[in-house]
Amino acid sequence: MSALLSGTNVVRNYGATPALRGVDLAVDEGEIVAVTGPSGCGKSTLLHCLAGILRPDAGTVTYRDQNIGLWSEAARSRLRRTDFGVLFQFGQLVPELTAVENVALPLLLAGSGRREARSVAAEWLDRLGVAELAEQRPGAMSGGQQQRCATARALVTQPRVLFADEPTGALDVLTGEQVLGEIVRVARELGTAVVLVTHAASVAAYADREIVLRDGVLDPTGLGLGVAR
Amino acid sequence: MSTAHVLLGLLAGGPRHGYDLKRAHDESLPRAKPLAFGQVYATLGRLERDGYVTESGQDRDGGPDRTSYELTDDGRRHLDTWLSAVEPPAPYVTSEIFSKVVVALHAADAERARDYLVAQRAAHMSRMRELTTAKSTPAASIGDVIAADYAIGHLEADLRWLQTTLTRVAGLSKEVTN
Ligand SMILES: Nc1ncnc2c1ncn2[C@@H]1O[C@H](COP(=O)(O)OP(=O)(O)OP(=O)(O)O)[C@@H](O)[C@H]1O
Ligand SMILES: [Mg+2]
Repeated sequence: MSALLSGTNVVRNYGATPALRGVDLAVDEGEIVAVTGPSGCGKSTLLHCLAGILRPDAGTVTYRDQNIGLWSEAARSRLRRTDFGVLFQFGQLVPELTAVENVALPLLLAGSGRREARSVAAEWLDRLGVAELAEQRPGAMSGGQQQRCATARALVTQPRVLFADEPTGALDVLTGEQVLGEIVRVARELGTAVVLVTHAASVAAYADREIVLRDGVLDPTGLGLGVAR
Repeated sequence: MSTAHVLLGLLAGGPRHGYDLKRAHDESLPRAKPLAFGQVYATLGRLERDGYVTESGQDRDGGPDRTSYELTDDGRRHLDTWLSAVEPPAPYVTSEIFSKVVVALHAADAERARDYLVAQRAAHMSRMRELTTAKSTPAASIGDVIAADYAIGHLEADLRWLQTTLTRVAGLSKEVTN
């Protein structure tokens, strides 16, 4: 069986700066993979390449046997709306919209009707334990509450892959753990694969396995260290 | 904490006498409790009895205590086994981990220290994953969760140190090969 999502020899430069120098990674259906490594090693760049936000300069990114690196920007952004969810450290909720409007947004973009989208969004806020925040705007929420809403928004379309870049990096230990626990629980329920970028070993410990990047390549000392579920 | 292994590690560089060993021990493990002379000689006695070290000569002008010791082949093998053995990831800071890296750098090289660090890191990560799974199950009681938290917190501190040391040691081996 081929992997759900894979990168093969992925290379990406920013001008003269090499960020990824040939990375291989395969993610199976429903699998949670942590990507760790020191600052600047290329974790976020790898996540952006795998999610089709950035195009690799060389190498391939394959999703369901399709080389998405060859797709147009429009086709990739459609894929991100239907099959992928993204979750960053902060700042992805639209400040002018309420929580329920924020969570409904991906459904509206995917063509759902307004009433339907709102009611599904409200269910998702409930699932993440923040039903009471439905009519609040992000500015009135704590960091943890915002990340719960952002998680609901990232998962509301029931994506096949969730890309999470330091999703709990700005939260205190306990809040971070609760939010991470919710992300992992819901991803397992949906069978959604997760690419989880983090610095923290305690966060990587939620994943099924871990890959370590160093200076834009896989660190062989981090290979084979992962233990299967 | 095993003084015997540290002494074996120090002897891997060549013969030394007791006073010299004490000084080298205290210098290379500055956070450890300074070694008492009595302990140095008692440990050397046991190591000699077990066939891991042997007397290699007397330093005439130094008085009666200036016997120097050297590592035997058995001693070298014993040290080797200890340097390779992964410690069970314990829920507290084990200075054994730290000593092992220091001694590996003394008795062998950065490569050796790196190999150990990689294996130890893997064992720690895998234990951390087990504890995280255990405390995330709905059946976990508050007691289970805080016990896991305690262990995870300490493992995390070890892991941060292992990671940083791995990076520093990688830098060392680069300097040596360049
Ligand atoms: N937009 C950009 N323009 C120029 N260089 C960039 C850009 N984004 C990243 N880089 C460089 O690419 C390299 C990899 O960056 P990346 O953000 O992927 O690292 P990271 O592992 O996510 O780091 P961190 O843990 O700090 O988030 C770094 O050297 C960085 O300076
Ligand atoms: Mg980053």
